Formats: sequence, structure tokens, C-alpha cells
Amino acid sequence: MSKAEDYLIGKTAWCPGCGNFAIREALAGALAEIELAPHDVLICSGIGQAAKIPHYIRANGFNGLHGRAVPPALGARIANTKLKVIVASGDGDSYGEGGNHFIHNIRRNPDIAHFVHNNQVYGLTKGQASPTSEPGMKTGVQVGGVAAPALNPLALALVLGAGFVARCFSGEKEHLKKTMIAAINFPGYALVDILQPCIVFNKLNTYAWYKKRVYFPPIDNAQDWSAAMELSRQWGDQIPLGIFYSQPRPTYESSVPALQGEPLAWKPFEPVSVAHLQEEFY
Amino acid sequence: MEINILVGGEAGQGMETVMNLLGRSLVRAGFSLIYTKDYMSRVRGGHNFSRLRIAGETPWTTVASIDIMVALNAETYALHHSNLTPSSRVIYDPELFELPEDENRGVPVMLKKLAKEAGGAVMANTVAVGALLLLLGLQTKIAENLLHESFAKKEGVAVQNTNALRAGYDAATQYCKACFVLPPKSEHGKMLFIDGNQVLGMAALASGCRFISAYPMTPSTGVLNYMAGKTNKYVVVAEQAEDEIAAINMALGASYAGVRAMVATSGGGFSLMVEGLSLAGMTETPLVVIVAMRPGPATGLPTRTEQGDLEFVIHAGHGEFPRAVLSASSHEDAFYRLNKAFELADRYQVPVIFLSDQNFADTHRSVQPFDFSRLGYDRALVSAGEIEKPYQRYRVTESGVSPRALPGQFEGETVLVDSDEHDQNGNIIEDAATRRLMFDKRMRKLVALANEMDEPDLYGDLHPGILLLGWGSTYGVLREVIDALAASGNKVAMLHFSDIWPLPQKRINDLLPEVKQIFCVENNATAQLAALIRRETGRSVDHLILKYDGRPFLPEEIIEEVEKHVQS
Repeated sequence: MSKAEDYLIGKTAWCPGCGNFAIREALAGALAEIELAPHDVLICSGIGQAAKIPHYIRANGFNGLHGRAVPPALGARIANTKLKVIVASGDGDSYGEGGNHFIHNIRRNPDIAHFVHNNQVYGLTKGQASPTSEPGMKTGVQVGGVAAPALNPLALALVLGAGFVARCFSGEKEHLKKTMIAAINFPGYALVDILQPCIVFNKLNTYAWYKKRVYFPPIDNAQDWSAAMELSRQWGDQIPLGIFYSQPRPTYESSVPALQGEPLAWKPFEPVSVAHLQEEFY
Repeated sequence: MEINILVGGEAGQGMETVMNLLGRSLVRAGFSLIYTKDYMSRVRGGHNFSRLRIAGETPWTTVASIDIMVALNAETYALHHSNLTPSSRVIYDPELFELPEDENRGVPVMLKKLAKEAGGAVMANTVAVGALLLLLGLQTKIAENLLHESFAKKEGVAVQNTNALRAGYDAATQYCKACFVLPPKSEHGKMLFIDGNQVLGMAALASGCRFISAYPMTPSTGVLNYMAGKTNKYVVVAEQAEDEIAAINMALGASYAGVRAMVATSGGGFSLMVEGLSLAGMTETPLVVIVAMRPGPATGLPTRTEQGDLEFVIHAGHGEFPRAVLSASSHEDAFYRLNKAFELADRYQVPVIFLSDQNFADTHRSVQPFDFSRLGYDRALVSAGEIEKPYQRYRVTESGVSPRALPGQFEGETVLVDSDEHDQNGNIIEDAATRRLMFDKRMRKLVALANEMDEPDLYGDLHPGILLLGWGSTYGVLREVIDALAASGNKVAMLHFSDIWPLPQKRINDLLPEVKQIFCVENNATAQLAALIRRETGRSVDHLILKYDGRPFLPEEIIEEVEKHVQS
């Protein structure tokens, strides 16, 4: 029987009180509860405060470039379908710099759980707006306040055909852990947008601000796309949490002939075994 | 003895169909040839043409002179008739246009009408091949077999095409039966008819590459096409990425997790990949990057050729990290050298760039079958007996190469890689001592990597008075130039680079001080190889022969330049 503590490793470089701590503990708890061996798990991240998480969870880790957490995750799934692949990165990484990969990997639907630490602000670069920042939020760069409407990742994911769409709050750790377990076990791309306060740079969306607004709506039917869309679009005085949508569709892996059976990484090879390739050129 | 054929028309008229059927038929019949393409960046219209040259040994280049022209439109004749000889012939469709009244070399064949009678106007090209075969004094049997093979699942289409072929053959009979004599057949037995991109795709597959991710970009797309075409029957995955940034990051994820991976692109796409190349350097993840050069800057001339990205690929990527840059002198060389790229990438855990260009990628040649037993597949992974636990991905070693394990390979051991500077475990660090330790570890790999580079190929006189330097796809044209200059009494040689970075220096240092006149011949405007040699060895060349109009060199252009300086 694994314990959450077995998956905690390293010395964190986060600010005391950061929402990342609860997300890290929930993830460790989720891995322990599913009894996933660390060598069978891969965590991919980009760059940012959230993206340091591969250093703090006992598992394989690919801490790549800013905005590029998802493409290596897909590549790793292709190389080894036995790996449980989790992407854990921030809102700037996932929705800003990595926007194109977010869009197209939802379409591809690889078996990846994507946990977005969404604090609605850029932390590591010290306080600029993120794609999910509230309109009007003033920063050192957005001096007149954020002018563009906030990107709605859940609604966007639903429109793109995501099979699993959920929203969590780092202040609801048990719910977060359960949702992570469901996302990891979901066959296909699973998005969990995790609201978290940034206690240093986001003075607007504070712990208290979220606490006052989040609630758990009754979700009778997580296969109802329209209902999921409606929940995704609720924002303001009331912010719903939960698994809004969960409906598997064929995965990327299932459509690729070479990915059936044993992982590619373990299949032996000898060049002479394909010497007949040149016959088509005679 | 040789025969030169030119087929020209608008984009969409199917010059490729003609040349592929004719080229394959000739190679299967035992003849040696080369077939090059000159095409515009458009799907319909414009002026495209292909050249096919048949000779006793596989020729290195095509030439301007034309023995048989297939003019699919009037423009082809207008643009190229000055390269015809008195004994040339021009196959054309008199329903489309007429040749000038004083032109007596015409072979009018109703290409469209005969095609329609055979089953559809789309087969006009097959009619043209029939006429060509007749002019060359060949039978239609081999071409008919090829048609049946390529339409194996559409017997009706195969029969219609066969009829079109015979109709073209018969229609030309009255004009010029076997009025050309083919060169002797190859003495090398069975040959392949293959283009550069196909060679690279096949070499990658035969090197155990199991993943290619790419965003389509001329002239590299043929590599992706080849590999994608094999995904149903072979253990390989081809993914069209949303952009080149995704392509290289996907490939790095796949390589990290255990397969040989490759990306293929051209200059613009490679520009987008550059951050990922730096990531490969920092994370020490093996990767092969094919860059098929075309003229830049920016979109440049998308369907033309250039060698303008040599310095770019050597320096691409922020920060300093080891890499290798290889190219190839020929189709034969490319097959084995791309395998070397995969072997080096795994052995040194570095990105290896393979420089191709449009001139190489799109050119078909007849080549002897490849020897697959010469290919290597050594993943250079740590074995269960060797692994030190707890496993550290970046363990410091004397060679700089750390024992590499894959995620999931060993029970209880995890593999952590990071784009930040990191310690031996892969964890982020910022202290100066660890930075120096890890930086030095990575750069130490260059010592052994430099020893893996092949010295440039020396062809011609061993003590030359004239030396021509070149790299990559100019090998063929330089060979012809050397042969021609030697034949006219010059003591001449060429030094040609396939492995370029780290620059192999022995032959440069041995030979250059002895030679009176050194020329560097490059398909670019700034003489990038010459600059590289000067930077690395302090040695300079005497004359530059540069071409950057998007077209490959013709032998006579180089000979003319050399003779200018040699006479003066």
C-alpha cells in the first residue's frame, strides 16, 4: 500500500502559502491511491513556478521549455504506451505560450492527464497578466488593466472535443485528489483546470476570493455536453467545481497501428530485417 | 555516348508521371541515369520541366543539351529550343500548338486525343512515354509491367494506360523509329531508381527510427511522405505536427522515452525548431534533424536549391552545446551517413543535423542496391549490469557521456531531465561550481565526437596545382568538372566534405599549403565553408565560385570560372 509521502521528494522553491503545495500533495495522494510505481509515471512540464513540480514528485520527469509541456508528453506516449503521462504546468505555459499545442492535442486525444495550475497571473516573471487574468486587472505591463476577455480553457476544450473536462480549487484538496485520480484513469486527454491563488502577485483572486465563490453543483450526467458547457461558462459570484464532462472517444494511440501491443521503446530491431524496403525501387 | 531528355509543361500537366514511368522503365531495363526537376511553387500553370540523362555509368548531373524534348505546351519549345541539336526530336501534340514552319525535328503525336480514345485525357502522359520509348528503340513491355504493378488494385486503369502507352508508341513509328542509340547497359546488375528524400526516409527506417514528426515544408516533405507511407506495415509512427515547434518537442519526448526519433524540415521550419535544438543540447537527448535547404531568407524560393544554411545550423540554438552536422555527397553516401547520424546521436546524446537540399532531395538516380548489413543500431543504453543506483541521468564521466537509461527501464529508478541547468540527478541548480561541472561534462563530448568525423573525400590528382573545395550536393557536379579539367591537361583535384561539424581538419592542413590555386565552390552567396575553414584552421582560399540564384551548378559554369583564373 503506497502513501502520499512516498511520492514527495526534493526541496520546494515555492513561496510559503502558494497553492502549488496543495496541488503537489493532491497529486502525490492520487499516485499513491492508484498505486502507480514512480518508474511507470512521467510528469512533463514547461517553465514557470508550477512547472517545477517534476522536481518535487518521485516519478520520471521531463521539465522542458516554456509552453512546450504537451508535445514531449505526446512523444513519450508514442515511445512507451506503458508510461502514465501527466502534464502539470501553469496557465501561461498551457494556455499562452503553449496555446497551439493545447488546441491540437485535445483534437488528437492522447492518453494524457493535463493539470493546469491556474493562478491567473505570471508568477515566475513577477506579475504580468496571463491569458486567464480577469479583465481590468492592473499589472506592471497591463498598466491600464487587462483589456482582453479571459480565455475560458474549459469551454475551449469542450468545443475542441475534449473527453474529460474538470475544474478544481487548490483549497479543496480532497476533491482535487479525487478528480486527479479520475483524470489519470480516464482513457484519453483529460483537462483539469485547477484554480489556485498566487499570494504574491495576484491580489485580486485571493484564497478568500475563491473560497467565497466556489461551490459543488450537482452533476447527474457528465455525458451532457451542453450542461458541461453551461457550467464551464459560469464565472463571477458563483464558480462551479467538479468533473463537468467525462465521455471517452477513440484515443490517438488507438488509431496508430504501431502503437498496438508492446511499447515501441522495448521492441527489438535489426537493420537487415527491413532490407526488402528497397525492392519497391527496382 | 549519352542521351538527354527534357519534358516541360505547366504545373499540373504531369511531367513527373512521364519521368517516373520512363525513368523506372529504363533503370529496370538496365540503363544508368539521373533525373532532375525544375519546378515552381504552384499547383497549376507556370513553367516546370524535368531533365533525364542516360549514360553508360550513372551520371552526376543533368546538362543543358537536349536530344529529345517532350513539349507539353508551346512555352516549353520556346524556352528550350536553343538547346536542341540538329539531330534532336521534339514530341508535341499538334492539337495544342504547332511548331514553327521551319522546324523539321517535330514528332507530332495526338497526346490528348489518343489518351481519350484509350480511356481518358489524363493519360496523355502515358501516350508521351510510349512515343519516347519508340524513339529510344525500346519495347513497351517493361513499362506495361510497371503500369500493372502501380495499378495492381485497378486492373481497368492499368489496361487503359497500357493501351495509351501502345498508342503513343505506334503513333510515333512513322517519324523516328529507333533514331537514338542508347548507351550500353549498366554492368552493375539490378539498380534502384530512387530520389534523395526516399533514400533518407528508407535510411531512417532502416536505422530503427520509429518516430518522425514534421510540418510539411518543401523540399523536405518527401521524407515525411515516405515514412508515413510505411506506418501501416512497419513499426514506425509519423505525426504531422501543428507547427515545427511541436514537431521537435514531440520528437524529443519520444527520444527521451526510448525510440530513435527524427524531424525533417527546411530553413524556415528549422528556425522555429531552434529553441528545441537547444533543449536537445541541454537535456542531452539524441535527435536527428534533417534540414533540406532551399533559398532564403524568409520564404525565399520554396522549390529551388541553395547551400545557405551551413553556418546557421552550426550555430543555431541559444547557448553553447555539442552537436554534429553531416551532409552527403550522393544518394549512396546519404543512405549510410544518415545511419551514422542516428548512431552518433545515441552514442553522444546530442542533436545531429543532416543537411540536405532541394537539388539532392528531388533528384532521382540509378544506384546500386544498398547494403543493409552495413547499418548500425546501437542504442548505447546502460545495461542492468552497469547501472549505478540510485540512477542519475547526468552522472559525470571522463568522456562526458553519462550512462543513459530510459524511463521505466529499471524497477524503482526514475529519469529526470531538465532545460534549466541541473545537477547530476537532473534537478535545477544555480550555483557556479555545479554549472561549471555540468557544462564541462557536456562539452567534453566534443573531443570524441570530433574524432568520428570523416575527412573530406579527395578525388583527382594527389598533388594538384588546382584544388576545388565543396560540400554536400555539389559533389556530383564537381566530379564532372574535375574529370573535364583533368582531361584537358590540368593537375586538378577536389576536396569534398560530407561530415562538416566538428570540422575534420587533417586533409585541409596537409593539402592546402601545397596547392597553388584553391577554389571554393558553393551554392550560396557568402562562401560559408570557406569561412568555416578560415575560422577553424586559419587557412584561406584563393577564389570563390558562388551561385545563389536557386539553381544548381552546371559543370560548364564552374569550368569557365576556373579557366579564367588559371589562364591569368
